[in-house]
Amino acid sequence: MTTILPIVNFVLALFLAPVLLGVINKTKAFFAGRKGQPILQAYYDVWKLLHKSAVYSTTTTWVFRAGPIVGLACVILAAAIVPFGGARGLLAFPCDLILLAYLFGVMRFFTVVAALDTGSSFEGMGASREVQFSALAEPALLLGLAAIVRLTGQYSLSDMFPSLSLATYVNFSPVVVLIAAAFLIVFLAENARIPVDDPNTHLELTMIHEVMVLDHSGPDFGFILYGAALKLWVLGSLLINIAVPIRTGNNVLDIAAAVVAILCLAVLVGVIESSMARLRLVRVPRLLVGAVVLSGLAFVLLLR
Amino acid sequence: MNGFIDIVMLVLIVSNLLLLGFSQLKSCIRALACQGIALGTLPLLAHQNGVTVWAVVLSVVTIGLKGVAFPRLLIGALQEADVRREVEPYVGYTASILAGFIWLAVSAWLSSRLPLFGGSLSSLTAPVSFFMVFVGLFIIVSRKKAISQILGYLVMENGMYVFGVVMLREMPLLVDLGVLLDAFAAVFVMGVAVYHINREFDHMDVDQLDMLKG
Repeated sequence: MTTILPIVNFVLALFLAPVLLGVINKTKAFFAGRKGQPILQAYYDVWKLLHKSAVYSTTTTWVFRAGPIVGLACVILAAAIVPFGGARGLLAFPCDLILLAYLFGVMRFFTVVAALDTGSSFEGMGASREVQFSALAEPALLLGLAAIVRLTGQYSLSDMFPSLSLATYVNFSPVVVLIAAAFLIVFLAENARIPVDDPNTHLELTMIHEVMVLDHSGPDFGFILYGAALKLWVLGSLLINIAVPIRTGNNVLDIAAAVVAILCLAVLVGVIESSMARLRLVRVPRLLVGAVVLSGLAFVLLLR
Repeated sequence: MNGFIDIVMLVLIVSNLLLLGFSQLKSCIRALACQGIALGTLPLLAHQNGVTVWAVVLSVVTIGLKGVAFPRLLIGALQEADVRREVEPYVGYTASILAGFIWLAVSAWLSSRLPLFGGSLSSLTAPVSFFMVFVGLFIIVSRKKAISQILGYLVMENGMYVFGVVMLREMPLLVDLGVLLDAFAAVFVMGVAVYHINREFDHMDVDQLDMLKG
């Protein structure tokens, strides 16, 4: 049973990730009083895109074609590392938290390089913003993970979250709240959700992530869409691992509860997107520095 | 770590960081009001063996003054003065937040070096009170507007209040109330002073006051 759990975890991530996008869109539609697109719309989109052919500009090189593929590979690897609802990651090993942070780094690097490869100044602008903001989001993620390492004494993601007992949650509630708040900001920033970036806008001067993928088409864009959904799932499961202590003891119940929790997280994202406006671009760094400070605060509290 | 007091300490820390990061004076004053209300719950939480009448009195007076009266006075002064609503710092907002983080680390280090008497209720109390004093000083030196100086002064005062209420639980009520009254008088006088400075010079940037030296 325990050997099969990591595989279940991995397969769940691969198959359920696009549902999150659907749930977010349904929530937003509910708030706007619309009927909204079907929950499974992201699957249809990916399926449709996979059956199209890609168009490549003559100015682009192999870098542009490699971008989406490397990005998808990185995020699939990340999905194999992160534990979910008590189930270990498929490839869990000590210190895999560093690999997780850098897999996102590699994914971002290739997205940015592919965007620059098109030679469009518009995409270059988005790339510059993406790099600036993620440079601030990464320390928040790493410091938060370092604080959890300090709290539990475990170096693998799959070991550290199960060893957070309920007593830890009671005794170190400020630390847990700080880390969860920082991870929520990182989650929203890394997935280009609303206080940082608006996933629905196109051809607007303040967009960040969407502008970098404008020139991708067909299967490449399908990979990017699916990769984004999977990234949402991976970072979301990192967040619910720390924020929702699920300890029923029964493996099936644990995983079911985690799925419910991550769907609730998607609803929360939808609520945030419906009730908030995007921050002004100059204020985004301040929010992200705030996240770094929250993580750092958690770490400092544990050092004493 | 001790449940509720720790959460109050956390609210204090976060409200200080917000105070450093907000660009609108009004939001700063609101953050200060939240801080005052959080402070007001401390006397109730600090008394472990039963809530006394004095603790309730102190907490009500604190919330009334720091959570309601001061913010109202300041917002009133802001509207009277009719100035630009921005904080206009010498040190940028992001840098201020980072500075706040550094102050927190420094005060954590400082309080770990101090021999503190008595069984303290929460290991966070001493660092947080030092932190608030540092942040208050930082706000006073790094902001241009005279209103920000009042905010800085109040944050410092709040820091000392934390120290007094939680660390020295046996402090007589009269002393606490006297300190609160002093703070009230100070804020009142400063509010009037800001109004007069503004009316006389059409601004309240303290960096231009040294022209008066002649």
